[in-house]
Amino acid sequence: MSRRGRSVTAPPWPVAVPAAFALLFLGLPLLGLLVRAPWGRMWSVLTSPTSLDALRLSLITATSATLVSFVVGVPLAWLLARAVFPGRRIARALVTVPLVLPPVVGGIALLLAFGRRGMVGQYLDSCCGITLPFTTPGVVVAEAFVAMPFLIITVEGALRSLDTGLEDAAATLGAGRLEIFRRVTLPLIGPSLIAGGVLTFARALGEFGATITFAGNLPGVTQTLPLAVYVGLEGDPSEAVALSLVLLAVSVLVLVLLRDRWLRTGAAS
Amino acid sequence: MHPSVALRIAVTGLSALALAACGSSSSPSGSPTTTGSTTGATGAITVFAASSLKEAFTTIGQQFEAANPGSKVTFNFGPSSTLATQITQAAPADVFAAASTKTMDTVVSGGAASGPQTFATNTMEIATPPNPTTPVTSLADLAKPGVKVAVCQKDVPCGVAANTLFTQNNLSVTPVSQEVDVKAVLSKVELGEVDAGVVYVTDVKAAGDKVVGVVIPADQNVTTKYPIAAITASKQAATAAAFVAYVLSSAGQQVLAAAGFASP
Amino acid sequence: MSDERAAPRAGIEGRVVVARGAWSLDLDVAVAPGEVVCVIGPNGAGKSTLLRAVCGLTPLTSGRLSLAGTVVDDPAADVLVAAQQRHVGVVFQDYRLFPHLSVRDNVAFGARRSGRSRTAAREQASYWVERLDLASLAGRRPAQLSGGQAQRVALARALASDPSALVLDEPMAALDAGTRIDVRGELRRHLREFSGPTLLVTHDPLDALVLADRLVVLEDGRVTQTGTAHDVARRPASDYVARLLGLNLLRGRADDGDIEVEGGGVLHVPDDAVTGTVLVAVRPSAIALHVERPAGSARNVWPGVVEGLEPIGDRVRVTVAGAPSVLVDVTPGAVSDLHLAPGEPVWLSAKATELEVYPG
Repeated sequence: MSRRGRSVTAPPWPVAVPAAFALLFLGLPLLGLLVRAPWGRMWSVLTSPTSLDALRLSLITATSATLVSFVVGVPLAWLLARAVFPGRRIARALVTVPLVLPPVVGGIALLLAFGRRGMVGQYLDSCCGITLPFTTPGVVVAEAFVAMPFLIITVEGALRSLDTGLEDAAATLGAGRLEIFRRVTLPLIGPSLIAGGVLTFARALGEFGATITFAGNLPGVTQTLPLAVYVGLEGDPSEAVALSLVLLAVSVLVLVLLRDRWLRTGAAS
Repeated sequence: MHPSVALRIAVTGLSALALAACGSSSSPSGSPTTTGSTTGATGAITVFAASSLKEAFTTIGQQFEAANPGSKVTFNFGPSSTLATQITQAAPADVFAAASTKTMDTVVSGGAASGPQTFATNTMEIATPPNPTTPVTSLADLAKPGVKVAVCQKDVPCGVAANTLFTQNNLSVTPVSQEVDVKAVLSKVELGEVDAGVVYVTDVKAAGDKVVGVVIPADQNVTTKYPIAAITASKQAATAAAFVAYVLSSAGQQVLAAAGFASP
Repeated sequence: MSDERAAPRAGIEGRVVVARGAWSLDLDVAVAPGEVVCVIGPNGAGKSTLLRAVCGLTPLTSGRLSLAGTVVDDPAADVLVAAQQRHVGVVFQDYRLFPHLSVRDNVAFGARRSGRSRTAAREQASYWVERLDLASLAGRRPAQLSGGQAQRVALARALASDPSALVLDEPMAALDAGTRIDVRGELRRHLREFSGPTLLVTHDPLDALVLADRLVVLEDGRVTQTGTAHDVARRPASDYVARLLGLNLLRGRADDGDIEVEGGGVLHVPDDAVTGTVLVAVRPSAIALHVERPAGSARNVWPGVVEGLEPIGDRVRVTVAGAPSVLVDVTPGAVSDLHLAPGEPVWLSAKATELEVYPG
């Protein structure tokens, strides 16, 4: 029985101790990266063609994968949250599958569907000469496959918890369904869209297994940063560490920049 | 079939789906096929071996265990360079069998092993899918535009060998992918995603009718030596040495030859 | 039903039937343009359902509903006009102002409805912002508004969308008691100025008495009484109504704390700042009956004659004619003690502090 006079802001030790362990557990590996990095050679490693190619490719493909996720994922999230149609439960389960699937298995599945001999891929190849494996668009496909569920689930959650009363009010003021979505729903789920987008981007940026399995590994075409790091371990481990730091820095930058804006938007609404 | 055997086959099959660099481990079972030298070794050892040795060494492991009751051999298959890195970082290996002298040198100079012996040699072969979109019939075909070629990435032994192969024959080949190890190259060929993959002759043999091999004439080909050594820090030195000896013995060499390796 | 051949009145009218499982709402609705009808009833009576049916957020199960002469909902004829097209301005109980828009943008939201250009819509919004005295708040977000201010914005927004009918859901419910009195008075003024029909839903009797021209009592999905507030209060059809509407509401002119009541009489109230036309409310239980002229602190004392006695639950409601005429609630014991009977002269007293004054 604690006296109420004690400070309520100091965390109780049954909470603080495990929390400290968690922080150490998560922080030490990152600290290890920073401490053991080849700081002397950092600049030459980072400006080498391999690194620049990998960084450029990673940023382009992760951004594209995020955009693709928005374009097709948000409508699906809306359908799952608002519309009633046969098979809705199956659709929702389907959306979560890439989350639990090991990424490499995802890559194999993509090959079986969109590969040159794939179910759909073979027709793409024979009719239009389009092949996805070993191409940069193929990387976008692999990254979108593993990352899109994050966006869909975040946005669906936001739509479900949205008070439909505001949309009712907009209807009585003469707004049609599309107008309601554009002027009321979208702005109100804005913070969730941003949060979902950040998660999606971060996941796409870090994707390895599906990318290397489906899109292969070729510098300048399909070798994203994570692949460059992995392959770099064979040749020059310290170079791999340097590249890892780049990945870490880009991820942290993205998360910090967007989290600020997300917080600000959240406070204003 | 014994249920436990079926289970093990299922488990091995599932782990084969993961194309990760670290190979799968398998437990021994079945009956011995040849007699080998018995040295009374009874320990449990872990053998780090190059991916291209997978089929041959699995068989050798089973035979060794049969010849040395009480012993147990666990394998870690992967690209030699990755394994070498792991060994120098004090991974618990007892024996190292590499697909190149370079990767073995890394381990030796790191002080983890000594006295490596070459136990086999391997040459390269082109693997093609059974129903090819674009037929490939010779090494020179790989340089043709529109032909999709997969090779191992440049820092692993089979990637180095492929590179040497091209340079030696004055071919300018642009692969569509540089896979992490030779088994990944083989998978791409089997799936028909590429028109050709540069792999070892042993890989083509092991893949059976899943791929069609295109032989590279000896005067164009590249030979790689496979060294093997016991790890100095091994806690099962006797069993490790016995395994190395077994690989070098006629029993081991028979298995290697059957898989397509050439003698050292 | 009225004469079918008569030209449809341009208000809200029809038969509203909405079934929800075992419960159903079933009533005839008729609100003329310019009229303010208040639907009053306990929770669960169906008031919100009625509102949602009128503004188009809930379809009818059967019956027929017309707005401004056009049939908007007729299940038998498969006619259903969506809420978007109905031109019904709604003030919701929780206001439902768009949190991401400023006051001005909120008000302007529906202003483009009648095909207005963007500039015209902005002018329309500005007009209503001025009219409802919101100019100084125009740039604020809803989170920065007080309850009374938010209600004004909600009303402005509804009016700016050019509605042909107005619907208000418990307009005072979200306000504290002090704010209610001021807001109620202003709302009364705005509703008077609106030319279309107004349907107002509430459980607060003061809303009914101050704001409405006509009352509809809704209990458990059915109408139990209709009429003017005056009539319903005098002849309550149920205990619920009686208890709810037991209130005297008098009109008069205020001048320096003295109010000249329409129909005779002068009442004194503590607030001498109020001037002009006012409404005075006093509960029947706040007026005392005496056989002889009382001496005491009550500032309002006047004579009257008993007109009628109505037992209501555990008390008796006495109608007393006088200057002014009022309703007084007394116990049955008091009736026999004072020998109250129609025609008996009595004296009435009411403390000035028991009187509530509203600007008329």
